[in-house]
Amino acid sequence: MTAAVQADRLVKTFAGKGDPVTAVRGVDLEVAAGEMFGFLGPNGAGKSTTVRMLTTLTTITSGSAQIAGVDVGSNPDGVRRKIGVALQDAGLDPRQTGRELLVLQARLFDASREEAAARATELLDLVDLTDAGDRLTKTYSGGMKRRLDLASALVHRPEVLFLDEPTTGLDPASRLVVWEEVRRINELGTTVFLTTQYLEEADQLCSRIAIIDDGRIVCQGTPARLKADLKDRRGGEAEPTLDEVFLNVTGRTRERAAGEVQEVQA
Amino acid sequence: MSAGTVLAGRALREARRTPDALIPTLLIPLFFLVVNVGQAGRIFPTGSTPWLQGQSYAAFQLPSSILLAASFGTSALYLVEEIGNGYLDKLRATPVSRTSIALGRLASEAIKTVGMTLVIVLIALPFGIRISSGPIGFLLLAALAAGWAVGYAGFLQFIALRTRSAAATNSAGLIFFPLLFLTPNFVPRGLLTRPMEIAATFNPVTYVMEAIRSLILVSFDWAVIGKGLLVVAVFVLATLALNVRTMSRYD
Repeated sequence: MTAAVQADRLVKTFAGKGDPVTAVRGVDLEVAAGEMFGFLGPNGAGKSTTVRMLTTLTTITSGSAQIAGVDVGSNPDGVRRKIGVALQDAGLDPRQTGRELLVLQARLFDASREEAAARATELLDLVDLTDAGDRLTKTYSGGMKRRLDLASALVHRPEVLFLDEPTTGLDPASRLVVWEEVRRINELGTTVFLTTQYLEEADQLCSRIAIIDDGRIVCQGTPARLKADLKDRRGGEAEPTLDEVFLNVTGRTRERAAGEVQEVQA
Repeated sequence: MSAGTVLAGRALREARRTPDALIPTLLIPLFFLVVNVGQAGRIFPTGSTPWLQGQSYAAFQLPSSILLAASFGTSALYLVEEIGNGYLDKLRATPVSRTSIALGRLASEAIKTVGMTLVIVLIALPFGIRISSGPIGFLLLAALAAGWAVGYAGFLQFIALRTRSAAATNSAGLIFFPLLFLTPNFVPRGLLTRPMEIAATFNPVTYVMEAIRSLILVSFDWAVIGKGLLVVAVFVLATLALNVRTMSRYD
């Protein structure tokens, strides 16, 4: 069976005015169709750059990637038809209504005017924004914007949905609503590739995770397997949390400073 | 309907919903028209100034105001906003051609400019200005202005894509002012001092201005109009090519 996401030795180097910066250093990934896959890492680890390469938004310096069997480098338009993308910044036009944005997005995927209108109504209902659908998006709360962004990533019924930190900046209640939507989308058969900084989020949602640090994958597997591996390594009875797995494999530790728990380099 | 048309429709909706951005692009050119005519109108009386072709000095000044209205390129500032809020990435993640993404906003600039040209001419008519070339000439005049608007907005969109900065894009927009003053803005090219005449000859805005002026004062002087159309066509193609190239390489 064709993998939903397959990446082989992905590298991304940014050439700037100074020395080139390599943000991703040979990432290998395989995500099965229908899977909910979590991609974790500290800030600046290379999560978003990897997602931007997989979603055709950034060129690949070396290596290769296929989405649902379509090569990212040689057939980016083919990949764009297979994927839905909701990036870190909820990409919305503030001067359009939610419904107008969904209709527009559907039209860009070749839907007729009638099909686009029907799909917009369906998606507004899916993300519980029917009542707000005819308001300008600049009047939406952060949670509503995220849900609309999610809906706009689904207009063309993508095979693979990329969500880059979909709950960053949301209050706990809005976060739970987004989790619920993501679960529902995955249950309908869409593969979900989710990046997050919230380990609890990955633990709750993902069947398998990979952790990236300094541009390299440092571990991948099911959350249960990764916790069991850490327990085996360190011994003792206590069941490790995913936070501890993360801190362990990224070489970070926690220190209490000024009354707050802080994550610092070991 | 093509993706470009869908995106142009969105940009027009956006313009309709932001009159605050649209009104100055109409008022400032009208302000310049009133001030320039007020300052120099009595120097060039209709009866004794043959190059006015029997019209008032305001008719001679009208092309400057039309071109100024066509050179605000507000679409580029909206583009910078879209780069910042991630909407451009959303569009880039669709299978829409990069040409359509670039053209969507530019097409809306053309339509806005036709509307503004019509309003400026309608405001000018009660003051005795007439379009000697008639309704067909007006359509050609509006097409020249719209073409210039597309080219200039394309130039600013290129700056926006390269710099991703509202400040840089805004500053680039000011380039039009020195270009406008290096044209036969106040008198015909033959009456300029030699250095100014040379500068005006190398300035592409001169040819668009003279073509529009010819349609207002003379009627269809195809030698003059042809040069204006050629400048607009080259400008549009060059800036569109730059936009598509930059959009395709955008990382």
